[in-house]
Amino acid sequence: MQFFIDNFPLLRDAFLTTLSMSLLAGLLALVLGTVLAAFRVSPITPLRGLSTFYVETFRNTPLTVVFFFIIFGLPQIDFAVGFFTGSVLAVGLYTAAFVCEAVRSGINAVNPGQAEASRAIGLTFGQSLREVVLPQAFRTVVPPLGNVWIAMVKNTSIAAGFAVSELTASLQRLSNANAGELLLVLLAVVIGYMLITLTSAYGISRMERRVAILR
Amino acid sequence: MRITRYAAAFAALGVVLAGCSSEAGDTVEDAADAPVEVEENVDFEAGTTMAELAEAGTMTVGTKFDQPGFGLRTPAGTPEGFDVEVAKIIAAELGIAPEDITWTETVSANREAFIEEGRVDMVVATYTINDDRKQRIDFAGPYYEAGQDIMVAEGNPLGIQGPEDLAGKNVCSVEGSTPAEEIRTNYPEAQLTLFDVYSKCADALANGQVDAVTTDNVILTGLVAGSPDQFDLVGNPFTEEPYGIGIPKGDDEFRAFINDTLEQAYESGAWAEAWDSTAGAISGTEAPEPPAVDRY
Repeated sequence: MQFFIDNFPLLRDAFLTTLSMSLLAGLLALVLGTVLAAFRVSPITPLRGLSTFYVETFRNTPLTVVFFFIIFGLPQIDFAVGFFTGSVLAVGLYTAAFVCEAVRSGINAVNPGQAEASRAIGLTFGQSLREVVLPQAFRTVVPPLGNVWIAMVKNTSIAAGFAVSELTASLQRLSNANAGELLLVLLAVVIGYMLITLTSAYGISRMERRVAILR
Repeated sequence: MRITRYAAAFAALGVVLAGCSSEAGDTVEDAADAPVEVEENVDFEAGTTMAELAEAGTMTVGTKFDQPGFGLRTPAGTPEGFDVEVAKIIAAELGIAPEDITWTETVSANREAFIEEGRVDMVVATYTINDDRKQRIDFAGPYYEAGQDIMVAEGNPLGIQGPEDLAGKNVCSVEGSTPAEEIRTNYPEAQLTLFDVYSKCADALANGQVDAVTTDNVILTGLVAGSPDQFDLVGNPFTEEPYGIGIPKGDDEFRAFINDTLEQAYESGAWAEAWDSTAGAISGTEAPEPPAVDRY
């Protein structure tokens, strides 16, 4: 217990860093991923191509490489971002590709008759997507998006290797300083991640039940 | 050193191609590889480690294989560096030629165990003398005093001369390492940027994302050697890490012998020569004043 009390400020700051990184990257991924999904089903070929290129690039590149590119690669072309901002960008841009695919699967799950009907009453493509298709699509993709979110929270741990003092970095620091209490250090860090992921999992399952479509 | 080695390699090749006696080739190689003279007639009191090793004519030395300037394995398979040269000086005093030394890689975690199990006769591997380790093994030396130092961008644009100058600067190290703790505790005004490996610190310094990198000067020397036109070493160590030679616990005669040999090498200049041809050549620094050996 003494260990937790002594290191509470450090662990709290690390936890808050992981949490804020997750929320910011999650927001970026959700917005960008949805836009990309809209591009992917749009009738405009260049937009479809752009979105496909984005998804295939980020989905098939290891996240660590994306980190390296943003943290150490961009400064070489005179576009330096801070370590925290860079880490949020890396996780967010990477996860957007997975969000895009999840949302696209939801769009495809919406009965084509819906889109045809909205076109028949004179809605544009954008309107039908916004008003008719996406609201239904999001309801079906709550479970897969929940998976993407939880995976993303854990992926933020890569930022520990890129100068962000989040939970995994505190694990490295504390385990070196308290070699005798390694298990306690591990416990503290695991609890930190679980606080985020387990509460999210609970929230996701509640939301899933609330928005479920009865077919 | 490198030029002479190439020259030696070409010379040896030429000799072989010309079909001359291989004796001439050996002489050229020896001249390049062995700056120290191997003792011809060695005589030690029977029963001592020295007598045993001299009798066998061979010894096993543990060193690092990944530490540029101190112990780095070459593509040819043998390590080179300051630690390696020091080991050669001691072996030569035992009448053992450099090519009769068997090199074994020892990493930080297995050095005591290798000595205790007798898998190596001695360890020369950037091995800091401390009381914890003295419980299990004995140290001859120190033969070098390392310390935490600072690496800056080429030309030192911020004029950083020591740890006091790091106040308000962004300084890079590795999370959980002793150097990072040192800065955190004693120089809290410095801003720490912490990666998981030092190579990322070097990348960040090259990009201008941090102002300085700090850790043991030995590691920094290797980084500077990798990109001499990008980085400079401040060369003002502010902690003390005496490097000793690890030998089995209780072998006081062997320890005294190594200490004598080191003092001899200090005086004859062999020690400084070893520095100049290895770590000194990489870092461009002159041989420091050798530390006094500690005959505890």
